[in-house]
Amino acid sequence: MSVARFWRKQINRYNIVGTHCKTCDTHYYPPRNVCPKCRRHGDIEPYKFAGPGKVVTYTIIHTAAEGFEMQAPYALAIIELDEGPRFTSQVVCDPKEVSIGMWVKPVFRKLGESGDKGMIYYGTKYVPDNDRN
Amino acid sequence: MSVGIVSYGAYIPKFRIKVEDIARVWGDDADILSAGLMVYEKSVPDLDEDTATIAVEAARSAVSRHNIDAKRIGAVYTGSESHPYAVKPTSTIVAEAIEATPVLTAADFEFACKAGTAAMQACMGLVGSGMVDLGMAIGADVSQGAPGDALEYTAAAGGVSYIIGNKESEMIAVIEDTFSFTTDTPDFWRREGMPYPEHGGRFTGEPGYFKHVTGAANGLMEKMGTKPSDYDYAVFHQPNGKFPSRVAKMLGFTKEQIKPGLVVPWLGNTYSGSCMMGIAATLDQAKPGDRIFATAFGSGAGGDAFSFRVTDKIDEVRDAAPKVLELLKDPVYMDYAMYAKHKGKIRLA
Repeated sequence: MSVARFWRKQINRYNIVGTHCKTCDTHYYPPRNVCPKCRRHGDIEPYKFAGPGKVVTYTIIHTAAEGFEMQAPYALAIIELDEGPRFTSQVVCDPKEVSIGMWVKPVFRKLGESGDKGMIYYGTKYVPDNDRN
Repeated sequence: MSVGIVSYGAYIPKFRIKVEDIARVWGDDADILSAGLMVYEKSVPDLDEDTATIAVEAARSAVSRHNIDAKRIGAVYTGSESHPYAVKPTSTIVAEAIEATPVLTAADFEFACKAGTAAMQACMGLVGSGMVDLGMAIGADVSQGAPGDALEYTAAAGGVSYIIGNKESEMIAVIEDTFSFTTDTPDFWRREGMPYPEHGGRFTGEPGYFKHVTGAANGLMEKMGTKPSDYDYAVFHQPNGKFPSRVAKMLGFTKEQIKPGLVVPWLGNTYSGSCMMGIAATLDQAKPGDRIFATAFGSGAGGDAFSFRVTDKIDEVRDAAPKVLELLKDPVYMDYAMYAKHKGKIRLA
């Protein structure tokens, strides 16, 4: 990923900032510039999500992509935020702990890096929310 | 204008390795080491944690503990000797993550284990002069210790953030005064591009730690006209359990005074976070009116001493974020092989 491409959505990754359509009251994360339901009638505003969510489904990665070999095995899950949006995120814990429906909360972690010389990418991952599970 | 701590937050990774697991690999006697160092286990960062992620978690904890509007923070300074970039500030990452940007100043500090308290002093100057409303000082590290080196038994990971302000109605602890004692003493260093620090062995003790901690501590008490018995608690930089215990005795402080802040036996040395973690653990249980004496030490070398007076406000905010002892609970233990992987000591071709 280019430095500029990551930087453009950096704030969204750091603090789970998406968008909200005031016309149909739908929340989006990652952010959308146009509401796909309301189209030209949509009224989009930035929206900071509270953060917590739950695991809709997940998979355990054993054969990791380049740069993620040291983290295998790890859980990759579809997270549903309390406000509704769904997206893919790593759940940082023992993969045996992950289950469908478990509550998770956001943490600030390294998402990746461009080798030893390149940029380090930071953002949000999830961990089990033991106070809610 | 008086200055003080408005909020604080700590973060400790959940992984630990026991001294006996490190000693087994290098053929050392774990019982002798643990008894000598007064350290039994140390924290280890996760594979995707570094000084920046730890600093952000500590900063967010400080902001949420006192429900601070981050836009009021006019300075973010992060002290560490393991900043993830050689050139590119950790503090801008923190400032963006707590949503304090863009109207603020930010910079990274480095002074071995006392970079965080140097950042506190800089924030004191900025808020004391009225240049900024609130300043954030962080001490965070994922400390390095070469395989087989004595440092490997204690070099740990963790961070602490303090928000410094000038409105007494907001302060949880007034900073009554500070005093620093600094000389050019090469007791510990890491050269540019080198993965692990070097140190002068026993030379780090008397001419390094003890000279500078006592120099700063005695200097502050002389300046203020106080004595050890005027304080309810004391915290000293804790590279191990032995040094702060010994220096406390040398200065005339009791074991009871240093007990709440002595977290190193179950945490290890969090370097820039070390003394600041002890202060946080002490604030976690201090009562309004209590006085806390603290002295940080940084190799190279210098000592920063502080005198704090806890206010009534502490009871309102203390429970709003995780306490240090809560962060130390329920650790996940790992063996040396996993530790080596987490610390980047295993390199893929």
